[in-house]
Amino acid sequence: MATRNSIRTPLARAKGLGASGGGTDHFWHHRITAVSNLLLVLPFVVIVALVAGQPYAEAVAIVSHPLAAILLALFVISVTVHMRLGMQIVIEDYVHGKGAKIAAVIANTFFAIVIGAASLFAIAKVSFGPLL
Amino acid sequence: MASAESARAEAKRPLSPHLQIYRWTWTMAMSIFHRATAIVLYVGTVFLAFWFVSLASGPESYASAAWFFGSPIGYLLLFAYTWALMHHMLGGVRHFVWDFGQGFEPSQRFLLAKLTLVGSISLTLVIWLVALIAR
Repeated sequence: MATRNSIRTPLARAKGLGASGGGTDHFWHHRITAVSNLLLVLPFVVIVALVAGQPYAEAVAIVSHPLAAILLALFVISVTVHMRLGMQIVIEDYVHGKGAKIAAVIANTFFAIVIGAASLFAIAKVSFGPLL
Repeated sequence: MASAESARAEAKRPLSPHLQIYRWTWTMAMSIFHRATAIVLYVGTVFLAFWFVSLASGPESYASAAWFFGSPIGYLLLFAYTWALMHHMLGGVRHFVWDFGQGFEPSQRFLLAKLTLVGSISLTLVIWLVALIAR
């Protein structure tokens, strides 16, 4: 057998997941959601501009349109995933205490999930409300 | 006694340069702007979720949300948020260029940094002009 000049096991090398166990997933998901954000931000801005200043019935009609509701929901998912990944980088850069860092990373995840869940529920309720 | 002396000696030791020492450059400023706008956008999602939930909660809660966003403070927040969104978007595009190994020459870096700021301000003004004119 050939000699290894690394203490990493062959299995660890083959898996390529590194010390975090997550490999390049964080970086990669950040880039994928950056692409989807880029695609969805224009529809988002247009929909918000259309709704702005409208009375309630008009606002509900615009947001509950399937195309608008689907684009808004995709935007919310893409943005909350992206911002969770990004804020984790900021936390890991600036919060050095181990306990504080773990707490901040968990709080960051909870924040992203609460924002995402509340927004998606609201979009769904506005969309399905007239049907139910 | 000895520890007090060593503490004093430590205090006199020259510190490594920090933000207030460096001469500001475009690339340095836009790097910090990218992170700053990210944090603004992150906090601002509270307002986005608030707006969605108020719409889902019925005419009365939507009216109060619409009043808030239609107030001078609301307009200021929305305008600042538009700029932060556009700036972070263009900063992200700049990072994509770098991800493909392009744009690292000094002249290219400075051009990209300046385009990010000029572009974000231009896009923000275009969005607001179009939205206000179309009203």
